[in-house]
Amino acid sequence: MLKDRLRSEPPPHSLHSPPKKSGSGQPFNRASNGLDQFFASLADQESLSILDFSGATQANISFITSMGHRIYSNDALRTMEEAFGSGGDFISNQSDPERAAMFLRENLEFQERTFDGALVWDTLQFLAPPLLQDTVDRLYRILRPQSSLLAFFHADEKAQTAPLYSYRIVESKIMSMTPRNQVRPVQYFNNRSLEKLFQKFSSVKFFLTRDHLREVIVRR
Amino acid sequence: MWNKRKEEEYPPKSPATPAAPASQIKENAPMSTNPASSHVTESRGPAIIGKSVMIKGQIFSREDLTIDGEIDGSVELHEHRLTVGPNGKLQAGVKAREVVVLGTIHGNVEASDKIDIRKDAKLVGDIKTARIVIEDGAYFKGSIDIVRPETARTPAQPKSQPAAAPTSNAATPATAIAGGDSR
Repeated sequence: MLKDRLRSEPPPHSLHSPPKKSGSGQPFNRASNGLDQFFASLADQESLSILDFSGATQANISFITSMGHRIYSNDALRTMEEAFGSGGDFISNQSDPERAAMFLRENLEFQERTFDGALVWDTLQFLAPPLLQDTVDRLYRILRPQSSLLAFFHADEKAQTAPLYSYRIVESKIMSMTPRNQVRPVQYFNNRSLEKLFQKFSSVKFFLTRDHLREVIVRR
Repeated sequence: MWNKRKEEEYPPKSPATPAAPASQIKENAPMSTNPASSHVTESRGPAIIGKSVMIKGQIFSREDLTIDGEIDGSVELHEHRLTVGPNGKLQAGVKAREVVVLGTIHGNVEASDKIDIRKDAKLVGDIKTARIVIEDGAYFKGSIDIVRPETARTPAQPKSQPAAAPTSNAATPATAIAGGDSR
């Protein structure tokens, strides 16, 4: 069924722009209301568990642990590439049950562990349904009630590709973004589709920015 | 599966290569692939487990240790520094004062002082430490729990099992004690 849907999409080779190996650009700082809100939700608390999908970076580890919290690091984009490849079949591979199971297992299988917050950055926009919904459902299960999740979605409907970034926390409201590549998002998310995606959660809050990045704070 | 790979990569080229009985390893400890330094304990650097050495079992050390081989079991150097060299592959729980990783660790790591994960290193497991340094290019998956030095100095409760228990079809599990008098 997903394959049928994918057939109506552009040819697989156009799903990703040509890889820009040298495209890793210079990092730049950017203010983020979503990040600020996320950390505000952790204020006055210690020993919380925070899930970070950006991969282990000194900046994020130092920032979060300096607040007295525990961080769980995982590079979700790397796992995504390992599970689905990085070529033209990136999206069609997501409908392979074994590959999808591997992605979920590597990223979101924590046995009894739960979290008080999740920084998933922009990873969700590269997942196709039904894996996207499975991923969000897993996030719902591993997050404790009242916890927050921060996610980014590119908001330029006409853009053929979206930049893929590494995110590092500079301050509670400033992050450093390093361009990694240009990738075609699987789908365009507007506020309505995001509300539907996170319908199990208690609230969804949007911050639309000038640079076409929709920041979303989801409350469990 | 893991053991098969080990057997392929580590044909028994020398008596030291396969997992040796505890007594044999104690006799030769500290282990090194450099014969010239193997009998000198005071003037040389840390004990070294060379890249052609594979050990299944528990390692306790009372001096700094560098592992460039493969370990399946557990490694404990409570007051000392463990360095996992670029060729080092540990499927093991690790406890040390300081841990420097240039190779690969699959297992939980407790470092009472500091853990340093260098570029191209890979660590999959949970970390408990007072300080952590992670270089760009390193791969880490797991949780990081920063413990205050006061807490870290208190002796940890011994766990019932290492994070990655030795597999069953190995040779007799070895217990290697490097440095100081044997326990």
